[in-house]
Amino acid sequence: MSADHKTTQLDVPLSETTRTVTVVTWKAASVLLAVTVLYALLLVAVPHSGDTRFLLSHRGDFFQIPVIVLPAGPVGWVCGAVMLAATAFAAVRTARRTRTPLWLVVLFALAALTGFLAWAGAGSPRDLSVVGLLGGAVLWSVPFVYGALGGVIGERAGVVNIAIEAQLLGAAFTAAIVSSITNSAVAGLVAAVFAGALVSLVLGLFAITYHVNQVIVGVVLNVLVVGLTSFLYSQVLVPGAETLNSTTRFSSIPIPVLSDIPVLGPVLFDQPLLIYLMFIAVPTVWYALNRTRWGLRLRAVGEHPKAADTVGIDVVRTRYNAVLVAGAVAGLGGAFYTTVYLSQFGENMTGGAGYIALAAVIFGKWDPVRAAFAGLLFGFASNLQNVLSVVGSPVPSQFMLMVPYVVTLLAVAGLVGRSRPPAASGEPYIKG
Amino acid sequence: MRLELRGITKRFGALVANDHIDLVVQPGEIHSLLGENGAGKSTLMNVLYGLYQADEGEILLDDEVQHFSGPGDAMGAGIGMVHQHFMLVPVFTVAENVMLGHEQTRGGGRLDLEAARAQVKEISARFGFHVDPDAVVEDLPVGVQQRVEIIKALSRNADVLVFDEPTAVLTPQETDELMAIMRQLRDEGSAIVFITHKLREVRAVADRITVIRHGKVVGEALPTASDAELASLMVGRSVELTVQKDAPTLHDNGLKVTDLVVTSESGAVTVDNVSFEVRGGEVLVIAGVQGNGQTELTEALLGLEGDVSGSITLDGKELVGRSVRHILDAGVGFVPEDRTHDGLIGEFTIAENLMLDRSDGPPFVKGGALQLGFRDRFAEEKVAEFDVRTQGITTPVGRLSGGNQQKVVLARELSRDLRLFVAAQPTRGVDVGSIEFIHKRIIATRDSGVPVVVVSTELDEAVALADRIMVMYRGTVVGVVPADTPRDVLGLMMAGISPEDAKGEVA
Repeated sequence: MSADHKTTQLDVPLSETTRTVTVVTWKAASVLLAVTVLYALLLVAVPHSGDTRFLLSHRGDFFQIPVIVLPAGPVGWVCGAVMLAATAFAAVRTARRTRTPLWLVVLFALAALTGFLAWAGAGSPRDLSVVGLLGGAVLWSVPFVYGALGGVIGERAGVVNIAIEAQLLGAAFTAAIVSSITNSAVAGLVAAVFAGALVSLVLGLFAITYHVNQVIVGVVLNVLVVGLTSFLYSQVLVPGAETLNSTTRFSSIPIPVLSDIPVLGPVLFDQPLLIYLMFIAVPTVWYALNRTRWGLRLRAVGEHPKAADTVGIDVVRTRYNAVLVAGAVAGLGGAFYTTVYLSQFGENMTGGAGYIALAAVIFGKWDPVRAAFAGLLFGFASNLQNVLSVVGSPVPSQFMLMVPYVVTLLAVAGLVGRSRPPAASGEPYIKG
Repeated sequence: MRLELRGITKRFGALVANDHIDLVVQPGEIHSLLGENGAGKSTLMNVLYGLYQADEGEILLDDEVQHFSGPGDAMGAGIGMVHQHFMLVPVFTVAENVMLGHEQTRGGGRLDLEAARAQVKEISARFGFHVDPDAVVEDLPVGVQQRVEIIKALSRNADVLVFDEPTAVLTPQETDELMAIMRQLRDEGSAIVFITHKLREVRAVADRITVIRHGKVVGEALPTASDAELASLMVGRSVELTVQKDAPTLHDNGLKVTDLVVTSESGAVTVDNVSFEVRGGEVLVIAGVQGNGQTELTEALLGLEGDVSGSITLDGKELVGRSVRHILDAGVGFVPEDRTHDGLIGEFTIAENLMLDRSDGPPFVKGGALQLGFRDRFAEEKVAEFDVRTQGITTPVGRLSGGNQQKVVLARELSRDLRLFVAAQPTRGVDVGSIEFIHKRIIATRDSGVPVVVVSTELDEAVALADRIMVMYRGTVVGVVPADTPRDVLGLMMAGISPEDAKGEVA
């Protein structure tokens, strides 16, 4: 994706190692400074006073934790001070040519978040549910995580999967119909997998077999699927809404004992099947990519397809295989919309989640586990708006709807360190 | 195993790359395939390896006809190939590269890395390779990467081994080691095909020599043949192997580089504190193995590198920090290392390529309009002067042969008023006829009083052109020595040994 021309000069590797120096950029420090300034402006321009009530357990939970009440004003300024200190520290480190460590960014993010929540919830009689904040984040991350896994698998094999959005939306649509007809969420899920793979098949046909530019095919597919599902929605689903568009959804399955752990229990272990499947899918994809023959060959065709060809690996077949699996996995994410989140399909209901998943792929440096955590972060940002509307936040909800995209932009532009995409990513393999 | 090619013919459209080629390679024999760039050697080997399908002819192993639909089949039949551009995945470890394509797995589909490691160690020990199975390939020196290629072939029990231009990226010492390995393999009974255009190496290692020209076998020779005989067989006429030049007349003007440091985007210091001087009327050849900072140094001279510190002055004027346009206007002519990528626009015609650097004003452009008449007259003149073999100036440059493409680049760069001429790898991938021409033009430029910097990884070329030779290693200057320095000393310097120590070691 971020292929720069400088790397092409290193086709022939440097003979032995040359001396190296650490390259630093001011990106991270600048982003931190910008966020700190915005945060301070917020506190000064729209000051809030009163207390914010952080709720850590719900009635009926096995363990009861008292509500934590924090005074919004002081907490806001303390968090601001922490952010400023972190920014300064990052700047000093950059000036000394050392990199900004991840823990500093995490500390900064926690401070910014706590301060912002305290500010937003100040004076509200309602409690701000931490469980809702985190549990919702896990739930909302589902399409991002599955989508990102699909993106990682495709791109590690050398096929840029821009069509994640199309895979999600197509899968959501198919799952809605199948689940409605069969009254089975599982059947909907299976159908979603096939729908995702079907979109992939089209992507593969053009990108792998006909060497069409992968980015263009992906974007066209995204637009195509929006149009197709919208058309079918208005022509078929709206008239037949009762039989074709009222789905059976997965219900939450609390896992005994584990779900009683304070805070984390309900966040992680009282969720629908699709989410447990996600917990398994992330390490499985990692294992498959890094420890199996399938993964080794897949990575080989994504890094150096000709080398793979010369040892007898069928590049085209390996890429098709990868792209189909990628689509199937992304399809699982699409099923979220109509078998977990809502019981009906709506026009363009994925709303760009596929593009956020794509950002998670890059933010996660093409590694399934990192990409999943990036998806989780974006899920958190998406969920923030829901939580704040519950406590009656003063921030307009339209503004909060921007948050996931702003977080994505900041994350990808400012905080991604040096990362290297698979060398042959985006390049069709033409023999000879 | 005995390899026989019978009447192999391969066509690409109208071009006949291989024309009824016959070749027999016996087990326990190193058979050298000698030919110029573009003679069809690599095509023939790609046919043998199943990457291309022959239009006519057959491949026989131990007198059995083979049908290869892909490299997998060729490998299965016992053919191994050490590619000119290594077929290794840079981010994989040695063991992963060796196992790729024939992986063994254990329970749960888990890759059996242990088995692959053991195999690497076993082959490595047999040939004294010292290759760490867990090293990541991109971190290894090129010489070691080549050994990984050899291990890869041997791990599949290859009986016929093809080495495609294997010495292009090696130091002279590494080349000697490779030849020792080839002899060892031969003595163990392998049939070896050694593809090259370097006469010296052929005579050193080959048991038999087959010469190919324009896709045809033009003759066989024995390693006892002289360089001149082999060269004339390869080119089809007698060739001058040395460059005629007089002693240099030095002028006061020139290029001075002081404490130059170039850092890549990833933080690698590619040019590490380099200082040197070239005066008008002399040729300084920068020698060294590919990838030791020569590319970055020449690009820094033209202002193409981003992170540069130090000083580059031309006739006293500072060039560091100036734009490429400014540097060109200061009189720098530049032949880039990779002409197809950086030197020419393949789809553009010869005439268009010849005016690429002068689109900013008269006489080529007036009032924003291209002066087509002037452009074409200029092009006709240059095509004649530089002996570019073409059907006309409207031919897209991409259709020309390597040598003619390089003449177009040279014509463009030498047609301005030069104060400095920099040529990186000016004769790479160029036929012998064009090499003679290019060398003559470089010497003529020198004799006109211009300082000339030539980057070459070919020791023969360096010695032939240079008044002085500067050897680079890992971004630093190992030393600057006279052109008559013994090859052995230069070879050691290319491995990073200082000129004093190198002389001591050779003596």
